[in-house]
Order: sequence, then structure tokens, then C-alpha cells
Amino acid sequence: MTAVGDVLRRGLAEDLGVPNGLEELHVLAVDDSLVDRKVIEQLLKISSCKVTAVESGTRALQYLGLDGEKSTAALNDLKINLIMTDYSMPGMSGYELLKKIKGSSAFREVPVVIMSSENILARINRCLEEGAEEFILKPVKLSDVKRLKDFIMRGEGEEKGKRRAPKRKLRDDVFTCDELTLESPTKFSAKRSTSLV
Amino acid sequence: MERNHFHRQLALTRQSLFDQGFLDEQFIQLEELQDDANPNFVEEVVTLYYRDSARLIHNIEQELEKSNLDFNKLDSYMHQFKGSSSSIGAKKVKAECSLFREYCRTGNGEGCMRSFQQLKKEYSTLKKKLEAYFQVEQVGQVHPPHSKLKSFVV
Repeated sequence: MTAVGDVLRRGLAEDLGVPNGLEELHVLAVDDSLVDRKVIEQLLKISSCKVTAVESGTRALQYLGLDGEKSTAALNDLKINLIMTDYSMPGMSGYELLKKIKGSSAFREVPVVIMSSENILARINRCLEEGAEEFILKPVKLSDVKRLKDFIMRGEGEEKGKRRAPKRKLRDDVFTCDELTLESPTKFSAKRSTSLV
Repeated sequence: MERNHFHRQLALTRQSLFDQGFLDEQFIQLEELQDDANPNFVEEVVTLYYRDSARLIHNIEQELEKSNLDFNKLDSYMHQFKGSSSSIGAKKVKAECSLFREYCRTGNGEGCMRSFQQLKKEYSTLKKKLEAYFQVEQVGQVHPPHSKLKSFVV
């Protein structure tokens, strides 16, 4: 527990203490579509983020060292600030990937965003309940990336933007694992959906 | 003078692609991602799209030739195809994809085949229009409209 706390504290310090633009955010993007990978890569690059784009959940887990293989020492230095994953992918879905990430001690605090071309309320709720930060309708826009970046730069604790209620404090997350205390899941539903039917 | 006329023409051509419903605002999003480091980004994405989706079209064609249509499989292919079409702002193509998926949902094989023919038409029409547009745009990139060498408006 202590070790995790230490990592967290260090992570928070990094996130909150770094002025805008000095340290690049590192985003892991997961999408089986070649076209979408190219677009998301550029969206993130234009937004001054470092991008690692992979084509599947399996590859993502490999990259994160969560695939059960002997993890390399290098992975201790792996800093991922955000994971953006497509929902519908052959093999492992974005939802399954989300669960694996949230189930890991190393990366459970990394915000995971689900992207999908389909506005299905049950799907959205399922992802949010599993710990997804947000559910974004494709095609992803520059404004979506900007919003995400702002959120991460601000740090996951206090929010100044007031656009969202603080749904979980980092520390609660680690120690209580209380995933189901979201007051109103629909508040965090797809930002651009107009009718959540 | 000639340069201004050229750029006006290019702008009009571009605008007509939107006005006639071939492209939607997602294409503009792509344009906004183009910068000095990636001056041909839009064309690259479109090229990638046509290369990648050719595979999907082939798969769908093969599937449609079967006597027993697997609508789930067809829908799955079309979901992917619709996704990439949406990502480049291919409005008409995307609409045909939706129609095709509707026919899959209702198990309407005839409808699927009809819709697919129409889809291929829209797909290749857009390809020609975009190829022509990029070709002309390339010429313009040698003399960009905001270049200091821009001649005076007459």
C-alpha cells in the first residue's frame, strides 16, 4: 500500500507541478483502424502530446507490460498520462482492455478514455462504471483532445473547470476501490451526444 | 492576378464538395490538423483510406456472392467501412454505409446488394473528385495564397 501511495504522490506532484508545455503528455492510443490511428496520432501531435499508437488491446497490454510476460526494468520508467482506446476492436474490446488496465496496480490511475462511433447508453454506462474517464463519440475532434489535455494537465484532484463534478478522488480510488459511487453516470456520458435514448 | 483567380477557383471547388454533400465537417477537422510539419496530412489520410477500404470492399463483395448471406459478417465489415469513411468526412459514402447496415439488420439481401452498388459509385466518385482537388491544390502549394508574393487584387 505504501509503495503505491508513494508512486501516487510522486505522480501527482509531476502532474500538478509541471507548468503547461514543459513536459509532454504521453498518450497511448489503441485502435484497430489504420485511418483512425493516423488521425488520432495527428490530433495528439498537434496538441503537443507524445503518442504511442497500437492496433489492439493485446498490443497495448504488451506495451504496458501487463501481458503476463516478464516485465522489463524499462517499464518502471514508462509514464503514460492518458490511454485512449476504441471500443469495438476484434479480439480484445476496448472495454476488456479498460478492465485489465483498471485491474493493474501500475496503471489503474491512468485515465482511460473510450472512443466509439456508436452512441449506446448501456455501453457508455458500462464503461464509466468500469472506471473510464470519459466516453467520446467518434470521429474524435481537436476540441475533445484539448479538453482531455486540459483535464490531465490540471491534475486529477481539484478541478477548476467546473465542467464536471469530481467523481472520484485519486486516493479514494486506491484505497476503497469504490467504483459504483458515481452519483449520476449520465452526467459523464458522451459529451457530444444530444439524445441519450 | 492569375494566382488570385487560381486560388479562388480552388476555394470554389473545395466549397462545392461540401455544398454537394460529398464532404462534411470532419474533412475540415482534418484540414485543421495540417501544418508545416505535415503539409500533406489530408491527402495522406485520404490515400490511406482508399487503400485500406479497398480491402473491405473486396471482402464485402466476396461475401455478397455467397448464396447464404452472413448478415452479421457483412454488418461487421460495413461498421469498419463506415467508421473510416466517417473519419475522413465522406458524407455520402457514410450515408450509404448506414443504409447498407439497415438492410443487414433486416436481413434484406437484395437491399444490401443494391445499396452496395450505390455505395461503390459514391466511393469512386468521391475518389475522383478528391484526387483532382489534391492535384490542383499541390500546384497551389508552390504559391500559397497567403504568400508574401501574392499579387495585388485587381
